[in-house]
Amino acid sequence: MIIKKPDDIPSSEITREQAYVNRREFIRAAGLIGAVGAAASAGALVTRGQAADGAQGEQFKDDPTPYEDVTTYNNYYEFGTDKSDPAENATNLKIKPWSVRVEGLVSKPATYDLEDFIKPHKLEERVYRMRCVEGWSMVIPWLGFPMADLVRRVQPLASAKFVEFQTLFDPKQMPGQRSGALPWPYTEGLRMDEAMHPLTLFSVGLYGKMLLPQNGAPLRTVIPWKYGFKATKSIVRIRFTETQPKTAWNQAAPNEYGFYANVNPEVDHPRWSQARERRIGEFRRRPTLMFNGYADQVARLYQGMDLRKLY
Amino acid sequence: MTPPRWLRPLVFAVAVIPAAWVVGAIASDFFNGTRLLGSNPIKEAEHFTGRWVLRFLVVTLAVTPVRQTFGWNWLQKYRRMFGLFAFFYALLHLLIYFLLDLELMWGELAADIIDRPYITIGMAAFLLLLPLAVTSTAKMVKRLGGKRWAKLHRAVYVIVVLGTIHFWMAVKRDITDPLIFALIFAVLLGYRLVRWRRRRAEAAGVEQPASPGRQRAPA
Repeated sequence: MIIKKPDDIPSSEITREQAYVNRREFIRAAGLIGAVGAAASAGALVTRGQAADGAQGEQFKDDPTPYEDVTTYNNYYEFGTDKSDPAENATNLKIKPWSVRVEGLVSKPATYDLEDFIKPHKLEERVYRMRCVEGWSMVIPWLGFPMADLVRRVQPLASAKFVEFQTLFDPKQMPGQRSGALPWPYTEGLRMDEAMHPLTLFSVGLYGKMLLPQNGAPLRTVIPWKYGFKATKSIVRIRFTETQPKTAWNQAAPNEYGFYANVNPEVDHPRWSQARERRIGEFRRRPTLMFNGYADQVARLYQGMDLRKLY
Repeated sequence: MTPPRWLRPLVFAVAVIPAAWVVGAIASDFFNGTRLLGSNPIKEAEHFTGRWVLRFLVVTLAVTPVRQTFGWNWLQKYRRMFGLFAFFYALLHLLIYFLLDLELMWGELAADIIDRPYITIGMAAFLLLLPLAVTSTAKMVKRLGGKRWAKLHRAVYVIVVLGTIHFWMAVKRDITDPLIFALIFAVLLGYRLVRWRRRRAEAAGVEQPASPGRQRAPA
């Protein structure tokens, strides 16, 4: 599959040609010697700071958040509700073998081994802002491939309007699932045009290394203009549907978490303001940007929608 | 039992440790790049100091039941210190929130207090704590008179309820910790309620020893 450079992505957001990781090398490394090999092949590429220019000017830089923060400060309730819980409790998550079921309104329903799921796609690095609904943010160099490529590959039927993602349900491995903090398994979903948007990714790594379990290994989604909880980690099921999926946080607290969950500084969470955010590692807070700074690329998806009602 | 002399300064020193630690940790994390408070030090410092407010309120409210149960009357002299530490940690909690989190933005503070019920409730709890701290000296007790002073300081029961609600509303989903505090406060307040009803019933019993229509409070 040829990846075209969409014109509407600022240069800072586009992966540089050199940053592409050789897919075969990555998969071999993942299969044989784990993260280290992949890291070696890509590690040199990610140390640079990619300052996003555009709307925010010089004052607010978007330097990648240190790896240690990205891998120790996580919301992943399957492993506990404290930010440090996932890094502590997820280390033994068994990610080999791993299979992903693609089903629903799709012409090629199938269960894939993870390797077969990834193999046809070209992995690339994308440096994205990540804004948590709680008011903090990071900048993360993801490794992954556009979700649109996968969708085209499995050929959803014309009747498919949404795509739903589900996290592994395994209370033995995921202690958080033994309590009712959220409806398990964690379910999220996107409208088809959101899933097809060139910014939307399936990710298998970050900082040039394979994903760690606390970040959603071995497969997760990344939708950079939405709050972090819209992403689904450790995905085992992808389902194409005609009706809007019932999503985890929306079911748990519908007045606080909507289906869309677009980053929006003007629509506050009922219990706190979303106008500003604290970038992890920074002392002062900074203004939150509409659609997390990706308005030029994604605002058109929501034209005519009342974003106050459809939060 | 009379406690040794060094107990009081020791208790004081121990009670100061969390505050000293968190202030030092914030400074170290931001100026030396350490990670004592993790990835989001200001949030962590807010949670840390908030929990210590509730812990000192637990200790303060536990003084009377423990004293009465075990006959440790000397403990009464520590109650004011514990109460003032609760206030001290509340002040620290508020300062971290206002100076470091809101960065002295009065407009945001006002908006938070008006729009966010958990902040409104937390702020109300702090404002109620303020007069109690101010009237904690022996001089003020005298000035107010014991009865009025005691009446005023019963506001602490409202404060713990507000403080627990504030914590409960602030957590996103996992209510385990606020629930634990709620249960402890329920026991401490329940103890007082039971004693109060028993006393009232006894007083009523003395006044009207033969009244058959009067029910004794269950105790």
